[in-house]
Amino acid sequence: MPGLTQGFALSEQNENVLSPRQMALRRFVSHKAAVVSCIIIGVLTLFVILAPFTARYGVNQSVQAPPNSFLSPRSNAWLGTDDIGRDLYSRLIYGVRVSLLIGLASAIISVTLGALVGAVAGFRGGKFDDILMRVTDLFLAFPFLVTLLVVRNVLGGLPWLKPITGEMNSVRFIIVLFSIFGWMGVARIVRGQVLSLKEREFVEAARAVGASRRYIIVRHLLPNSIGPIMVALTFSVVGAIISESTLAFFGYGPQAGDGATSLGILVGAAKGAVQTGFWWLAVFPCFVLIIIALSINFIGDALRDATDPRLDRGA
Amino acid sequence: MLRYILRRLAWSVPTLLLVTFLVYIALRVGTDPVESYKRVNPRASRAKIQQYIDINGLDPNFVQGYFKWLKNFITGEWAPSIKGRREVWPALKDAMANTLRLGTAATVVGIFFGLIAGVLAALRPGGRRDVFINTSAFVGISIPPFISAILLQLLFAVYWQKWFGASLFPTSGVYPAGHTGFDLFLMLKFMALPTIIVAIQIIATYSRYMRSSLLDVLNSDYMRTARSKGISERRILIKHGMRNALIPVVTIAALDVGSIVGGLIITENIFAYPGMGLYFLKSFGEGDFPLLMPWMVVIVASILLFNLIADISYAWLDPRIRLE
Amino acid sequence: MTEKVLEIRDLRVTFDTPSGPLEAVRGIDLDVEAGELLGVVGESGSGKSVTFLATMGLLPVRARVTGSVLLAGEQLIGASNKYMRSVRGRLLSMIFQDPLSALNPVHRIGDQISEMLQSHQNLSSRDAAKRAIELLDIVGIPQPSDRAGQYPHEFSGGMRQRVIIAIAIANNPKVLIADEPTTALDVTVQAQILEVIERVQERFGTAVVLITHDLGVIARVADRVNVMYAGRNVEQGTIDSLFDHPSHPYTRGLLASLPRPGKQRLKPITGFPPNMLNPPSGCAFHTRCEFAADICKGELPNLVSFGDLQTACVRARELPKSENFA
Ligand SMILES: Nc1ncnc2c1ncn2[C@@H]1O[C@H](COP(=O)(O)OP(=O)(O)O)[C@@H](O)[C@H]1O
Ligand code: SF4
Ligand SMILES: [Mg+2]
Repeated sequence: MPGLTQGFALSEQNENVLSPRQMALRRFVSHKAAVVSCIIIGVLTLFVILAPFTARYGVNQSVQAPPNSFLSPRSNAWLGTDDIGRDLYSRLIYGVRVSLLIGLASAIISVTLGALVGAVAGFRGGKFDDILMRVTDLFLAFPFLVTLLVVRNVLGGLPWLKPITGEMNSVRFIIVLFSIFGWMGVARIVRGQVLSLKEREFVEAARAVGASRRYIIVRHLLPNSIGPIMVALTFSVVGAIISESTLAFFGYGPQAGDGATSLGILVGAAKGAVQTGFWWLAVFPCFVLIIIALSINFIGDALRDATDPRLDRGA
Repeated sequence: MLRYILRRLAWSVPTLLLVTFLVYIALRVGTDPVESYKRVNPRASRAKIQQYIDINGLDPNFVQGYFKWLKNFITGEWAPSIKGRREVWPALKDAMANTLRLGTAATVVGIFFGLIAGVLAALRPGGRRDVFINTSAFVGISIPPFISAILLQLLFAVYWQKWFGASLFPTSGVYPAGHTGFDLFLMLKFMALPTIIVAIQIIATYSRYMRSSLLDVLNSDYMRTARSKGISERRILIKHGMRNALIPVVTIAALDVGSIVGGLIITENIFAYPGMGLYFLKSFGEGDFPLLMPWMVVIVASILLFNLIADISYAWLDPRIRLE
Repeated sequence: MTEKVLEIRDLRVTFDTPSGPLEAVRGIDLDVEAGELLGVVGESGSGKSVTFLATMGLLPVRARVTGSVLLAGEQLIGASNKYMRSVRGRLLSMIFQDPLSALNPVHRIGDQISEMLQSHQNLSSRDAAKRAIELLDIVGIPQPSDRAGQYPHEFSGGMRQRVIIAIAIANNPKVLIADEPTTALDVTVQAQILEVIERVQERFGTAVVLITHDLGVIARVADRVNVMYAGRNVEQGTIDSLFDHPSHPYTRGLLASLPRPGKQRLKPITGFPPNMLNPPSGCAFHTRCEFAADICKGELPNLVSFGDLQTACVRARELPKSENFA
């Protein structure tokens, strides 16, 4: 009965329907943990941007000279001091600053790279796509830390890369390293998205009127994959922050110059604290890392729910 | 089926060769084995160095060198470690045994509780139990294993003793220093913390996989058909729900071996547990090529093996998949 | 009058949705007589599926169901889960729209039929398997003994729908509810499936409720018809009287939009089905009815006998006589 089915299809656009973006926003806001997480991350970001004001001491400034350099938390060092008497609270602020920078920078680079590669692979298919998928399969199948360490050394072992990567223990090197890793996961996601979009009418239509490949990718495919890309971006930030901490923990992290620090370096120092019982050196950096990881993950989770209505959290 | 397995095994040989070749290149570029040897053995004679180069296939030409290494690897002419000239195979064998024990314990515990938690969450989506399980799993995934390891270690190595006067779980090694022989109880005690750390990750990951997979299945049409037959809820869940829900979980599991091994590496290092992870980090830190290459071969081979196992169980669960 | 196997009285179903309560079924009265083929027709969203899912006790728990459903005199609304389980598949069976997804992909066809048999009859596995093959034969599947050992993906859509019918009739139920059984199928296959359903009805004396949004299908096979709109039934009667002189404006609209030989243009009903979160007052059809008057907005019309039909329209008596669609 053509009349009936038509009437039904149209009725979905009728009524007071919200635009997809409004609906996404509404779904995002209904994820309470994500809203709290946004506030936490926002405050934290402000805090570290304003580090010169929010930190009580310089990053490398001693509160207490040795021999009694390990102070437990007290009024002149809220979170205690480390082995050479530096204020943990101030160092955490500077450390988070470096870690957020690493996280954001490598996430943005790798997501941009991954989105482009994934879009081209998904759109063109064929050999390029095959090879790309094989390579990423291989990389993703390996234990992450092993690949990370080996690739790190390979990068550092190629002298002609020096101008781009800088010294192996620089923050820049870490960002390049994580970007090289991060794009693969994103490329997979975007590729999948593009494969499903490719068959949709508006892409067919663009192709039919002879739009160029690049035009279709940039004007149609990428904007329509913006949801998954945003989600990937969020998770890449956490991924990079945790990877930095992991590397630093095992002694392969950045040694930011002039006593500058990172969350990873602070967490790495916790290893020693376990043996000695200076609990604050372990508990506070770990706690900050957990809060950051959890908050950004919650935001990513809510973004995913908000931009992908098919996923029903059942809540 | 048997033919399929044989063919897959045959195919894994070239894959293994290709991947080990890439690994060989990566290690040569990344760790500079000859330099590492000279650094560790500063007074080694020229002849010694040449011997080291020959047996490890460290020729300037990577292709030639790789095949030289391969030949020696297959014929069992393995170079000793660069530091202390230890035999590689016994060290690797012990590491494998220890990791296999830890990995199996953690995987069994992790998958068992992970699947149960996922099912419990999916049965009442949105309920209090679901929210609890789902949130805990989310937190579990968000906390990197080395953080939970440090915190647990701090608790058990330092504070438990302080507060309760006795230590509950030891936090390093497989046996106390100087212990010889086999002691199951002691071993379990030493394995407890690392197992918990790795298992937490697995539980968190798999409960989420299982939950979303089972939710899909529960909303499917064939579950409605099953309900319309008037059979019991329990039978519906077990006979119609579980098998279908496990299909995607098994596929993901194949890709996950790497991340479980990754978790093991980190955990072993923190708990000084002498397995594959500790072995890798130590030999990597020293650029010990003779120790590293066989380790890589074992890892690549086990990834290939687990992929095969996953494909077979996938086909076994899902009649739509034909292994040809 | 013949014996009634299913009597639905004032059935109401409300869902709690995030946007508030949604009353999908708003007081349905409906009888199914033994051995008849009753057609239930209405646009998508008119509450056909929900009505019969409520009858089967298959609605999600968050649905509130009130009213009365008597199956051979036994009350089903409010009955225990255990009782409902014993009813489902034994006295009442239901088949669904999409045959491609209604069978469990990981179990053999024969086992899926046997499961139905064994859950209500005391049969050995051997006997159940034998009976399953007979059932496949009854629904017209060639080489049934080979096919029983195959998996759903080895069957075409039409063949799968036959298997589903075989499952549904395995225990010789009193009523077979077929919810849009042919909607997802090709036209040629549709006719075959309708034939199978008719054959089952005649051979076993099963009463069949055929739900569809396609009056064309109903015209072919049904004895009586029940027209639904916005969770209410608006007209019911025998197929002949309904096609001869439909009385309710909605039924007229449905018939007018049917493609028929010798007619140039279809006349679809204008406007959209109402949003059930906030249905129109009075006769819910008044937003689209060409005869609507102020009185229609105030009163909720009930079914009233009108000739051979029962019609729920406050203006039924005043309306001009309808065109004959027979
Ligand atoms: N599980 C449910 N939750 C909320 N609303 C539902 C549910 N099932 C059906 N509905 C609503 O009930 C109304 C009737 O649906 P249904 O009976 O499926 O219509 P149809 O006549 O097409 O079979 C629709 O408005 C639908 O949106
Ligand atoms: S009651 Fe009024 S609006 Fe409803 S069908 Fe009859 S005439 Fe039309
Ligand atoms: Mg329906």
